[in-house]
Amino acid sequence: MTSRFNLYKYSSPATFYALAGKMIPWFYGAAALLGAVGLYISFFLAPTDFQQSEAYRIIFIHVPASWMSMFIYVVMAGWAAFGLAFNTRLSFMMASALAPTGAMLTFVSLWTGALWGKPTWGAWWVWDARLTSELILFFLYLGFMALQAAIDDPRRADRAGALIALVGVVNVPIIYFSVRWWNTLHQGASVSMTKAPSMATIMLEGMMVMALAVWMYAIAASLSRVRSIILERERNTQWVAQLLETEV
Amino acid sequence: MNAAQTVFILLRRELMLAMRRRGDVLTVLFFFVIVASLFPLGVGPDPKLLRLMGGGVVWVAALLAAMLSLGRMFAGDYADGTLEQLVLTPTPPVVWITGKILAHWLVSGVPLILMAPVLGVQFGLSGDALAVLVFSLLLGTPVLSLIGAIGAALTLGLRGGGVLVSLLVLPLYIPVLIFGAGAVDGAMSELGSEAHLSLLGGILILAFMLTPWAVSAALRISIE
Repeated sequence: MTSRFNLYKYSSPATFYALAGKMIPWFYGAAALLGAVGLYISFFLAPTDFQQSEAYRIIFIHVPASWMSMFIYVVMAGWAAFGLAFNTRLSFMMASALAPTGAMLTFVSLWTGALWGKPTWGAWWVWDARLTSELILFFLYLGFMALQAAIDDPRRADRAGALIALVGVVNVPIIYFSVRWWNTLHQGASVSMTKAPSMATIMLEGMMVMALAVWMYAIAASLSRVRSIILERERNTQWVAQLLETEV
Repeated sequence: MNAAQTVFILLRRELMLAMRRRGDVLTVLFFFVIVASLFPLGVGPDPKLLRLMGGGVVWVAALLAAMLSLGRMFAGDYADGTLEQLVLTPTPPVVWITGKILAHWLVSGVPLILMAPVLGVQFGLSGDALAVLVFSLLLGTPVLSLIGAIGAALTLGLRGGGVLVSLLVLPLYIPVLIFGAGAVDGAMSELGSEAHLSLLGGILILAFMLTPWAVSAALRISIE
């Protein structure tokens, strides 16, 4: 029975460091491959849109980035909850490793949204419910990272960050619905994605492939970031010293 | 000693401390007035525009003033060790935390509510809208104290805590702002403000149930 795969083994930063090192090239490879296929579909196979002409092609970056920006916040809060419940250091490290990738994707989503909005809606920014709540999500990421950066003691930084991530995830639906309602009261819904003519299958496929590519990239990037965090936190331990000796 | 007694004694202590440092309370109040007075200077004196903006401006000013006063909620007790003693008492933390939040609201929330009609008149709000403004602040400012307490507890003793708390807390204040300002808007149009006020009340109940637990967890993290 001892030969059975032991999941708990990888909750130790030392063993996870090695495992992450082995997994990263695979995820980066998958991201590159899916990204190449996705970009080929989006630029060469997908037809030009009847209404929006070529400008619509930015959604192949924009929509996957938005999906992942929201998904990563939930995953981050999940790791935070896991860490608070079971007191596992690695979970907190995963939460902090995910935040910069999530914030970056939120920013990409806002930026590409502005680039898409200018030719389509004629404005870089409208106070649409989606845009506004994505902006608030960006603030939530920034708050999480700023709080962790302000605390020197890593144990306190981990727990404080985890708590604010959980408070944030409870608030996200409340914020989303309040912003949506505020928007419909203040102005007629100027744009509605749901009312748009249903998308051609090839466009949807391109978007899905791109979403997978972004997903793989997010995993790879946060794994390599968590490796740096592990090294930094464990710099005074035996195994890091040995690792440095063998690698240098 | 039961929970109500604990809350009562804590309230009396907090109010006495606030009375002895009246300047702190007044600073927040004047900040509220100054922020609201800056808006007409920024956007121009057109009465129609100001009447449209009034509710929102007073609410934004209230948000900022409430945030500014958060630093005092736990910092003094943390510095002189009272907070550690409170943590060590057999009273459940949720009880005395609720007391402290209530005291914070009485000291920094209630003056804002009392001052708000004056500002509302300056913006040319009608009688109905003024009443709704006061009522929405009455429902909303306790939520600001409750949610703010989480930020105050997490940033206890940190360098740059004041700026940090704004980054943590202001995004979470957004629903209160939307429904509070929306209620005043509703009172001025034919939409009515019942829906907004009901939602604000719902948020208050939810925040009252959940935040003391989060604050208790945050204090444990910050103190240990």
